[in-house]
Amino acid sequence: MSLALDKPRQPRRPAARRSNGELYSWLFMRLSGLLLVVLVLGHLFIMNILDGGIHKINFGFVAGRWASPFWQFWDLAMLWLAQIHGGNGVRTIINDYARKDTTRFWLKMLLYVSMVLIVSLGTFVIFTFDPNISN
Amino acid sequence: MTSAGAPERSGTTRGGGTLYRGDLGMWSWVAHRITGVLTFFFLFTHVLDTALVRVSPNAYDAVIETYKNPVVNLFEVGLVGAVLYHALNGIRVMLVDFWEKGAKYQRVMLWTVLAVWVVVMIPGFYFMMERTISELVGGH
Repeated sequence: MSLALDKPRQPRRPAARRSNGELYSWLFMRLSGLLLVVLVLGHLFIMNILDGGIHKINFGFVAGRWASPFWQFWDLAMLWLAQIHGGNGVRTIINDYARKDTTRFWLKMLLYVSMVLIVSLGTFVIFTFDPNISN
Repeated sequence: MTSAGAPERSGTTRGGGTLYRGDLGMWSWVAHRITGVLTFFFLFTHVLDTALVRVSPNAYDAVIETYKNPVVNLFEVGLVGAVLYHALNGIRVMLVDFWEKGAKYQRVMLWTVLAVWVVVMIPGFYFMMERTISELVGGH
């Protein structure tokens, strides 16, 4: 006669399969954060502090910068990373504070729509910028 | 590990609930959230105003003029301060997560974050507000 007993604490079945989405989200916040420290602080330093700060900025200044692929790429990378980093942060905050499922759902829908809108608009503007556009 | 642990405090009984009143670390987390959300909302506005370069130079220049208003200029100092705190504290969070001694030194790192913030913001305030203040005081 053999006694077939489960070992103590042995799970009856494998744990329910879960996605690693939150892990990747956590990791993304750190990796994008590291890049954004350079991109955003550099952007703020150039735009708000260097050479007269905000007072130097006008259409001609933007045209001069976006004549260079380097700054186009800088701004594009900053746009995408900041929008996804910030959107993911706000998603976490909605998850923390929304009390009703419907509130949580609609707040996140609003967030996702605004993220798609801003990333699309910004990308469109960087790629189709025309320095000779008429007044 | 005692230096990393927050002192135990009992929750307040006001309102019948218990309010967690954590240590300095909790406030650094609260500030991280607030500065992050404010920056995200500004980013929404900022992409919209920059998109005006696609409309016309005049439209863009007109909206950028509002950024040169003295009150808005002061808000920009606030924005830079918020982003700078978020960046510095973000580095601290990464060190707590990935550096073996991060948790041990989290409190020292927070004070370092605040010290660096002050040291950067003093000249930062000067250079951001220089022209605005001289125009306000000297009338150009």
